[in-house]
Amino acid sequence: MSSNLLFDFTVDKTTNTVFVNREFAVDLPLVWDAFTKQEILDQWWAPKPWTSRTKFMDFSAGGRRFYAMVSPEGQEHWSIQEYTSISAKTNFKISSVFADNDENINKEMPSSKWDLNFSEQNGTTSVSIIIKHNTLADLEQHIQMGFKEGFTMTLNALDKLFKNLK
Amino acid sequence: MRRDIFQAIADPTRRAIITLIALQAMTPNAIAENFNTTRQAISKHLRILTECDLVKQAYQGREIYYSLEIEKMKEIDKWLNQFREIWETRFNQLDQVLSTIKKQGK
Repeated sequence: MSSNLLFDFTVDKTTNTVFVNREFAVDLPLVWDAFTKQEILDQWWAPKPWTSRTKFMDFSAGGRRFYAMVSPEGQEHWSIQEYTSISAKTNFKISSVFADNDENINKEMPSSKWDLNFSEQNGTTSVSIIIKHNTLADLEQHIQMGFKEGFTMTLNALDKLFKNLK
Repeated sequence: MRRDIFQAIADPTRRAIITLIALQAMTPNAIAENFNTTRQAISKHLRILTECDLVKQAYQGREIYYSLEIEKMKEIDKWLNQFREIWETRFNQLDQVLSTIKKQGK
């Protein structure tokens, strides 16, 4: 993998908005599939050693993805992402909420609105994600959904992997 | 009373106060001169910032000087950086997946 691909993460603390931009060295249709097809999404969505397990996913306007982030100990954190609008291979929007394992929305937990944009130039695909929270503190919930555990381990493993690839 | 640090930075006037006192310690009167608002309103903002441990007070004679707790501000960035790492890892994993799919397609 080329290492000069853009990765950009910024937070606007005044609007509780997170901006994530990333480039990928492949064509747009492949990146689009990786974000919109359940079987590919589950392969990368959860930072290891966590896993992503999608129970069902209906990628259509008004459709939903019901999935869990599963900890190495088997603990499940369920979320529902509703696709509020889709423009094929260009943009889609998500309304994201936490839920229990019966698909009941947890109203105590924060929700967020996502806006994902896809574009391609000379074989490099750019993905730009805007995540709007009600309060910046809501972000803490996402971090507490695991992720912290084994994180250093993951980064070290990745380092090794990339060194082997070079 | 303990307050959420994000409540402190959620307000535009408080963010402006933070910017002001990051440069130098100031009295409430000197701070208020920079705003088109009452001294009482500024005092209220300073109280909230104090309750969040974002500012500290120092007495010089009869005057109270407010200055910024830089370390506390850094905590916010450190905390946000965790979120950055999640996305970084996630996308590095996606690189691997994309690379595998691409090879399979050929």
